[in-house]
Amino acid sequence: MRTSWLIALAVLLLAVVPVMRFSDYHLFQLTMVVVYGIAILGLAILTGFNGQISLGHGAFYAIGAYTTAILMASWNVPYWATLPISAVVCAGVGFLLGLPALRLGGLYLALTTFALAVAIPQILKHKLFEEWTGGVQGLVIDKPDAPFDLPLSSDQWLYLFSLAVGVGMYVVAWNLVSGRIGRAMMAIRDHATAAEAMGINIAMLKTRTFAVSALYTGVAGSLGAIAVAYVAPDSFSVFLSITLFVGLVAGGAASIGGTIAGALFIEFIPNLADKVSKSAPSAVYGVILIAMLFLMPQGAGGFIHSIWRRIFKAR
Amino acid sequence: MEGFIHQVISGIATGGIYASVALALVMIYQATHHVNFAQGEMATFSTYITLTFINAGLSYWLAFGLAFIVSFAIGVLIERILMRPMQNAPVLSSVGIFVGLLLIVNSLSGWFFDYTIKQFPTPFPGKPMWGGYVSGHELGSTGVTLVVLIGVYLFFRHTRLGLAMRAAAFNPVSSRLVGVRVGWMLALGWGLAAAIGSVAGCMVAPIVFLDPNMMSGILLYAFAGALLGGIDSPLGAVLGGFAVGVIENLGGAYVVGTELKLTLALVIIVTVLTIKPSGLMGRVVHSRV
Repeated sequence: MRTSWLIALAVLLLAVVPVMRFSDYHLFQLTMVVVYGIAILGLAILTGFNGQISLGHGAFYAIGAYTTAILMASWNVPYWATLPISAVVCAGVGFLLGLPALRLGGLYLALTTFALAVAIPQILKHKLFEEWTGGVQGLVIDKPDAPFDLPLSSDQWLYLFSLAVGVGMYVVAWNLVSGRIGRAMMAIRDHATAAEAMGINIAMLKTRTFAVSALYTGVAGSLGAIAVAYVAPDSFSVFLSITLFVGLVAGGAASIGGTIAGALFIEFIPNLADKVSKSAPSAVYGVILIAMLFLMPQGAGGFIHSIWRRIFKAR
Repeated sequence: MEGFIHQVISGIATGGIYASVALALVMIYQATHHVNFAQGEMATFSTYITLTFINAGLSYWLAFGLAFIVSFAIGVLIERILMRPMQNAPVLSSVGIFVGLLLIVNSLSGWFFDYTIKQFPTPFPGKPMWGGYVSGHELGSTGVTLVVLIGVYLFFRHTRLGLAMRAAAFNPVSSRLVGVRVGWMLALGWGLAAAIGSVAGCMVAPIVFLDPNMMSGILLYAFAGALLGGIDSPLGAVLGGFAVGVIENLGGAYVVGTELKLTLALVIIVTVLTIKPSGLMGRVVHSRV
């Protein structure tokens, strides 16, 4: 009980302190941390907890972002109402992609999703969809203002809005993973045959996990599109998918809290590394990715968890 | 009809490049059951090395040969330093290592040789041949690719070292018992794959121009080719590479248009993996529970 109060307090602090003290630019960065956190959480549900490796989650992020942008630009749907629609769309696409994924073992799935990640900007640019997607130019959308005449700037409001959505989605994910379904997901990851023998419907659960994972990353894409107020095909290149994957590994694949560490990592490390050289961010990503796998295979989340255990439960 | 023949021939020419990258992928897959996501970036890096040698005043073929040797050494080093400790790691870790390698090599290319798009010389005459159906470079690069492929085949079939490498990939435990140094064979395999990549890079660079992301699309076609032919069959990978080259060119010209060429690779990959996962010439693997 005490931990949940602590978490509630932490969330409150996270909401109040930055809005009071931070500049709009730093609030935008924090909003992107929340967005990446949700996106990586989606990837963690699929890859970390269910063992289906995806190198193409940037595609779901892109679909979510474009769903929101198209709804806002062409149909004037309010920004908050695009989230559930984008969730449904992405879950549907995820479910459909989960069907062929059923037949692909770890490595092959990684390969196929990698191909998806490479191909997605081309598909977004295609002239068939140009009427909606705006082709190469992409779409510009309006940044929403705070409702009810609240005395907040739009960046402040967006931060609070994303944080609220993010907290809700983290709570749901936490419950999902620690409950019966989460255990079944991990059982499939660890030993598919044994899991099947215990009565788990593998095909059903794997495709549904794919759908949930796509939903999370898609909603993150929607929030990201609203925060950036712009979508274009080339911002969803294969590098985005790889970034999400780096965040996942850096945070710890099967760790919910670790996804936040991963999100902080991918939002702030490039800014720091950019000061060294233009090519430094991806080199730093690469080095840290490999270093993590060698030195800390459980990721930051697993590392913190083990320290936590050592301090509080060692007695 | 003439257009069609032209498309097929230039498809075969690019297919040769895919075939060599696919062969490099298959060689590493056979030995270690890993798919090297960094293969394309490594090839790009080798191409830059070639260009550096050429700019330093060496003749084309000397630069080409030197880059071949340097790439070989880089491949061996990568295996020794990075892949060795990860031999028995779970798939997620090995994929992570390869993605990390991809990022590092890609940014090193950009760092050392900057991001501007560069022209790359071709050693072959530029004028069209055979009644205009094929350019000198297309013919020459197909020839070079074929020489490499045949060379690799002869090496594996008819030398003791090639036999030892095949044995190490096929059954590491027994090979070790008869005195094959399995670890070094894997390292040699990596070196060879990197060297083949350098050839492919040099052959494709005059067509698509040289920049750090040159190979990302080509890697995708090579994946598609390797899967189509069967990822554990070198011959299959080569034929698959050629087939994908032709499919890509014809599809790009007549069916989907050039904007969706990469998506075509995705479609090939998904189709092969769902309909015939072992590929056209691969072994069907049965695993016991």
